[in-house]
Amino acid sequence: MRTAVRTFGPLVAIAALAVLLLVVAPAVLSPFRLNNLGKYCCWAIAAVGIGLAWGRGGMLVMGQGVFFGIGGYAMAMHLKLEAAGPEGVPDFMMLYGDGTMPVWWEPFRSGAFTLFAIVALPAVAAAILGYAIFKRRVKGAYFAILTQALAVVFATLLIATIQETGGFNGLNQFTFFFGYNLYDPVNKKMVYSIAAALLIGCLVVVWQLYRSRFGELLVATRDAEERVRFLGHDPANVKLAAFVIAAVMASIGGAMFAPIAGIISPSDVDATASIFLIAGVALGGRALLLGPALGALAVGYGRSSLSESFPDQWTYFLGALFIVVILLFPAGLGSAFGRAAALVPLPRRKETTS
Amino acid sequence: MKLDHATPDEVGLDYLEIRDLTVQFDGFTAVDAVDLTLIQGRVHFLIGPNGAGKTTLVDAVTGLVPATGQARYRNQNLLAMRSHRIVRAGIGRTFQTATVFEQLSVLQNLDIAGGVHRSPFALLRARRGVPSYVADALETVGLADLRDKPAGVLAHGQKQWLEIGMLLVQDAKVMLLDEPVAGMSAEEREETGALLQRIGKERTIVVIEHDMDFVRSFADVVTVLHAGKVLTEGTVAEIQASPEVQEIYLGRIVEGVVEEGADHA
Amino acid sequence: MDSFTTPLLAGTATGALLLIAALGLALTFGQMGVINMAHGEFLMAGAYTAFLTQQVVTNADVSILVALPAAFVVAGLLGLLLEVTVIAWMYRRPLDTLLVTVGVGLFLQQLAKDVFGAQGDPVRTPSWLEGNLPVFGYHWPYRQMFTIVLAVVALAALAALLKYSSFGRQIRATVQNRDLAETVGVRTRAVDRITFFVGSGLAGIGGVAVSLISGTNPRLGTAYIISAFLVVVAGGLGQLKGTVIAAFAVGIATSFFADWTSASMAQVATFALVVVFLQLRPQGLFTVRSRGLA
Ligand SMILES: Nc1ncnc2c1ncn2[C@@H]1O[C@H](COP(=O)(O)OP(=O)(O)O)[C@@H](O)[C@H]1O
Ligand SMILES: [Mg+2]
Repeated sequence: MRTAVRTFGPLVAIAALAVLLLVVAPAVLSPFRLNNLGKYCCWAIAAVGIGLAWGRGGMLVMGQGVFFGIGGYAMAMHLKLEAAGPEGVPDFMMLYGDGTMPVWWEPFRSGAFTLFAIVALPAVAAAILGYAIFKRRVKGAYFAILTQALAVVFATLLIATIQETGGFNGLNQFTFFFGYNLYDPVNKKMVYSIAAALLIGCLVVVWQLYRSRFGELLVATRDAEERVRFLGHDPANVKLAAFVIAAVMASIGGAMFAPIAGIISPSDVDATASIFLIAGVALGGRALLLGPALGALAVGYGRSSLSESFPDQWTYFLGALFIVVILLFPAGLGSAFGRAAALVPLPRRKETTS
Repeated sequence: MKLDHATPDEVGLDYLEIRDLTVQFDGFTAVDAVDLTLIQGRVHFLIGPNGAGKTTLVDAVTGLVPATGQARYRNQNLLAMRSHRIVRAGIGRTFQTATVFEQLSVLQNLDIAGGVHRSPFALLRARRGVPSYVADALETVGLADLRDKPAGVLAHGQKQWLEIGMLLVQDAKVMLLDEPVAGMSAEEREETGALLQRIGKERTIVVIEHDMDFVRSFADVVTVLHAGKVLTEGTVAEIQASPEVQEIYLGRIVEGVVEEGADHA
Repeated sequence: MDSFTTPLLAGTATGALLLIAALGLALTFGQMGVINMAHGEFLMAGAYTAFLTQQVVTNADVSILVALPAAFVVAGLLGLLLEVTVIAWMYRRPLDTLLVTVGVGLFLQQLAKDVFGAQGDPVRTPSWLEGNLPVFGYHWPYRQMFTIVLAVVALAALAALLKYSSFGRQIRATVQNRDLAETVGVRTRAVDRITFFVGSGLAGIGGVAVSLISGTNPRLGTAYIISAFLVVVAGGLGQLKGTVIAAFAVGIATSFFADWTSASMAQVATFALVVVFLQLRPQGLFTVRSRGLA
């Protein structure tokens, strides 16, 4: 009984969130709010991956914006090409350049290739970088700094390639999403639902990962990396797996972000954006199953509502959030609530002793 | 039973042959051209004052420090392999200060040590029930009553047993135990010794230890290391009769204690 | 010759700047295991100190001389404040400390935007730094050379402090073995604070040098800090010489890459270079080795 609760309780919580996001929210929110919630879901998808890598794996990934950007730009390229029509060239290339399209854009005409790329590109990029870093036992702050440097480099590169990626403005003005007109509210709702469903899907994936032996091994690696070596595992592989999964999740989040936000630009993927992604994870509870996602949803909501009323104050708020949460609630608000709840005696306590 | 009289068939398949093993730290030779043959079915003891290079020798064999020379096991040179490969080849070790996963329960600690036998795909499944080899190890090391306790709350000696249990789950054919009974009560030492003899039948067991009483009771073969070199090797009686060993243990012991202090700081 | 001397000399100046910024980082990282992500904002604080000094001491020839010690103190005090209010409470949680200082950095950047405006302000060059020195066809600005002088002086002062003063001995003792240092009477917490003051103060000095080259602006720190971090990573911990070599290597390499390609490709190339370098020397150039399963 007790173990059943422990095993499937989280699934019930995920199901509850699914009902909220997929049934309740579309029914009660205005199209504008629903679209905003869609953006938060995209950030939350990336946050779930950060929870896996950072919360469970101890790898402070400060450059997830890069993978968010890979997915986002891959999707955006496809949407631009879709908007341009067969054989067409994206509008901004005529504007900033001579109207010729770089060859590496060409495959993104295909929706199937784009979907494949959204998963494969971040996986390959993360695998290469992670392999280079983890195999040489670079970790801790070094790892964090390298990932952040990667985000800076990535954003710089995007800004510098105005003819290929739209530069500072990024890619925007999408009209179709795999054949569906994005100006139609029904279709916007559908895109939202896809993002929310993907968030739920990612949560189910990490739920299984966390209860699996891999999940235990990952935590063991986080807490005593060198010891894991003497269990016959290369900790680099364990970390690499988590890092790659986190990268793919960030990419999926980014891919859905582009059609929902209607834009993807360097400021959505740079170092500050990457840090923003971490904020929700820290707030919700990095090592918890639902903490990162709920935290990201909350921080996303906070960002929208604060920027609406005080555009500049948001940064103070973000800064303060890091300071207060990490200083006072390092395990996140989710854990703080959990601890408070634990003080209330549970009924049927006896069953725990076995 | 004397080592040099061992007939070929007495030497089991799983023996570890160390030849000319040398470890240098920035010019300082911590292990100096050590030759050692460790044979299955015996409890080998490695003794010597602090700083003699015992831990470093084990570190070298388990891939923790770079070394020159050879450590052959089943036709592989361990010195050319990385730590986790060495473990997968069947060499297990414990550490001077017990290192178990404090947050995980005793059972989880043992279970996680079984990972070497699982496919990556199997790792993605949740643990269901207790695998038989984990249950066996739990019995063997006598921690069955504590199986659901977090390993962090175990007494020092129990942690060492847990580590040995983890080696059993790993199915390590060669076990290198670094001062497993240090800090144990006399009773716990007895139990540990009995445990080693029990599990040592089909394994190669190497124990690093200072305490001569313990060595006397449980050693089949003793190797004395001093200043990185093998001083002598033989049965307990032979070792005790050796004048050099007496000199080191009686004459230099104080020096050893001082080094130990610096070592731990 | 030009295509060689130009990036070489300009890169040396960049390297000097990186060195000043990285010295403070390496110092606190080496001693306390703390990466201060707000270090770039301390650099910015130094630049704004130079700007403010010029509002008071309008003679640019003199104001820079006032600005240098003032920036050291301003940035140093900011660092001290950070240490006392935040970092001291997060002992042995290095990654968390890193994140908290990210928050502090964001905060300071926005503060600078609100106080000084997002655009940034020019800092006048003293007349004695105007002009340049022709070297093999490159007109090496005195301002760049001044940066190098500053870096050398800062490095020498820091090295002397570490080597000859009793405070320096206490730092080294703390770095090597904190617990042991404590037992022999080193007040390691006090040492930490002073180290943080000195390390942050160096960033302030770096900020003055930056302000002479590019004026002030709220995001000034972010432009340099990532490279400074890469310097720390590549240089390794525990010895100043690693930081020195890495700083000039990164500065000069970036300068050459920029010359061959573009400024942004140079960033990519430098990052790749550091990652490749870590394949060869994962611990950086020089490291104090430690034993055990740490
Ligand atoms: N990583 C290292 N760097 C430098 N010296 C070391 C290192 N590891 C061990 N030593 C030195 O090697 C010698 C042997 O140490 P060790 O193997 O721990 O001795 P034992 O286990 O026999 O007490 C000691 O003098 C020790 O200080
Ligand atoms: Mg030892």
